[in-house]
Amino acid sequence: MDPAPSGAAAPRPAVVINDVSKSFTLPTEQVHTLKERALHPLRRSSSEKLDALKGVSMTVNKGEFFGVVGRNGSGKSTLLKCMAGIYQVDGGQIFIDGRLSTFIELGVGFNPDLAARDNVTINGVMMGLTPREAADRFDKVIEFAELEDFVDMKLKNYSSGMQVRLAFSVAIQVDADVLLIDEVLAVGDASFQQKCFDVFYKMRDDGQTVLLVTHDMGAVTRFCDRAALLDHGRVVDFGDPDEVAKSYLDLNFGTTRTEAQDGEGAREGDGAGSIEAAWFEDANGERLDTLVQGQHARFCAKAQFSRETANVEWGVVFENAEHHALFATTTTWAEIDTGTLSAGEATTFSVDFEVPFAPGRIFATPMISYLGSGDRYVDRRDRFASAVVTGTRHSGGSIMIAHDVHFDKTKGSS
Amino acid sequence: MSSASPARSARAESAIAVATEEARLAAAGRTDAIPGPRAIGVPLGRFAALVWTIAVSQFKLKFYGSALGYLWQLMRPLLMFGVLYLFFTRILRFPQVQYYPVVLLQGIVVFTFLSESTVGSVAALVENEILVRKIQFPRLAVPFSVVLAALFNLLINYVVVFMFLIIQGGSPQWTWLYEFPILLVLLVIIATAIATLLSALFVRYRDVRPIWEVLLQTLYFISLVLIPVESISDPMLRKLLLISPFACIVEQLRHAVIAASAPTVLQVFGNPWLLTLPVTLGIVLCIVSFVVFDRMAPKVAEEL
Repeated sequence: MDPAPSGAAAPRPAVVINDVSKSFTLPTEQVHTLKERALHPLRRSSSEKLDALKGVSMTVNKGEFFGVVGRNGSGKSTLLKCMAGIYQVDGGQIFIDGRLSTFIELGVGFNPDLAARDNVTINGVMMGLTPREAADRFDKVIEFAELEDFVDMKLKNYSSGMQVRLAFSVAIQVDADVLLIDEVLAVGDASFQQKCFDVFYKMRDDGQTVLLVTHDMGAVTRFCDRAALLDHGRVVDFGDPDEVAKSYLDLNFGTTRTEAQDGEGAREGDGAGSIEAAWFEDANGERLDTLVQGQHARFCAKAQFSRETANVEWGVVFENAEHHALFATTTTWAEIDTGTLSAGEATTFSVDFEVPFAPGRIFATPMISYLGSGDRYVDRRDRFASAVVTGTRHSGGSIMIAHDVHFDKTKGSS
Repeated sequence: MSSASPARSARAESAIAVATEEARLAAAGRTDAIPGPRAIGVPLGRFAALVWTIAVSQFKLKFYGSALGYLWQLMRPLLMFGVLYLFFTRILRFPQVQYYPVVLLQGIVVFTFLSESTVGSVAALVENEILVRKIQFPRLAVPFSVVLAALFNLLINYVVVFMFLIIQGGSPQWTWLYEFPILLVLLVIIATAIATLLSALFVRYRDVRPIWEVLLQTLYFISLVLIPVESISDPMLRKLLLISPFACIVEQLRHAVIAASAPTVLQVFGNPWLLTLPVTLGIVLCIVSFVVFDRMAPKVAEEL
């Protein structure tokens, strides 16, 4: 890490966010009318305070592609809206050098009863163009959106995809030095998304400063020079996008597991015992959220028994995101006898393996079942643990087999 | 819980510390922090462009909205006029008033403008939520655009008023060129002040709308829209009614547009000092309205 720069020599950053805080008052009982106020003059309107941002600081340099990531409710959209001048900050300052444009919502001002031309003008003006500029750039907008054949159609007869294309095409017409983009990429079909990405690449190459607020770690690692991770209104990681993306997955991993207990992953069993935890770890017992293809990893699960139980087997199934079982193993297949387990006894089950999976998220379903019963479970927890597999080589399928590829060229007979 | 490895969190910690320090240094001594949402808060050119664009699109929507298009916009005041015309020429008469039908029509047209711009503005901030919450948008542009759209209607309606006046035998006057535009500007200012105030109050108090509708109805009867001022026998009552700036504008428009023989506001008051009453009232209204709106503006996005 660099030591803090002296500041004098460095060029002015495009965006400075200094110790910004913002809270919202959420009235628990909203007094909405004069009548209510008159009838209950003494009632204090009770309210709760929600701190959306608690002293957030960061700087974004000119020409930088900067990512702001965080889970829902982490404050990232609030931060964006403070930068956009939609919310007033309660404390701290925000400085922005240059013309700012916000892509918080596409198609602001679109009216379904007007034709494309009017809507392009209105939306263009909303996004910061002058009416003349908006009119002049109409052809470019239509061309980019590939809507030449539908110019005179009312917007309400457009498909939603066409509307989004039109809106995005207007948005990128705006000449701005600093662009704030809030997850607008999540819309449109694959080919249009690719087009959006191309535009973002170009913006970056043109030296525009871009702040992208997103959930998509793929976009962050592909585009961003730096990134910040927000959680509960605070910056919890900052800097290299790969590291920030990892921290984000860490945060999310913790949550998906608790959520899984609540229902997303089904649970089945007679209650004789309970699987309480499952995770992946490395050879040193350090927990892993990311498994590297071809390297060693260990899956572990822990269970507590509440009554004496015998003749059970431990097992685990690994699945990919598409719910395809990739691999399963049990204590029985490994010829391990689990014996009799008494009430209060804790058991651990682990599987050591070299990661054979193709890149993507894999899920583990640990289970304890009665021997020979087939589907009578002590406890079975669907998709109780998960990890992301990363790899450097492509695999056309769901797994990666250790392999070597050879290629020989034999010269013609000499 | 899968805690991050100690090495990573130390790295994050130092990165955050460095970033915080960088931000503090970069902010030190700077005074150009962005101000947050304001009533205006953008260059005036941009403000005008926004108001104009929204008003034009609103106008277009009305124009294309129904099968008969703009005719309906014109028909409403005309139908109203038809009913009142029959009433006031067959049942209640003002034979001494020159061109009474035109006076009535102008009154209705002007009142329609006031009604459209204020009733349309009351809920405008709430209805245009997307503008207020999703883009950087000067809050004042919302009521202004409603008033501007209503003004387009007024100007078109005035074409009918002038035509009707000529048919009735009236003749063009010099006052059409200077007094009439000045009065229109005053009318727009008053309407804008009311529109602005109402739209700001509505964010907090949702019963502003019904209250205003009743007040507006009252205003219809006490603003000399239907009844020419000289037909009121009590001179005290005449003066009292003219305290309302809107009534003054209606009365003075009659003098400026329809007949030079109609009494001016000054003639009704008799004493020029009395004119300060409606003027003061108008100025106070403008100031109160702007102050209320300005205080509400930064909070609108959160309060909606």
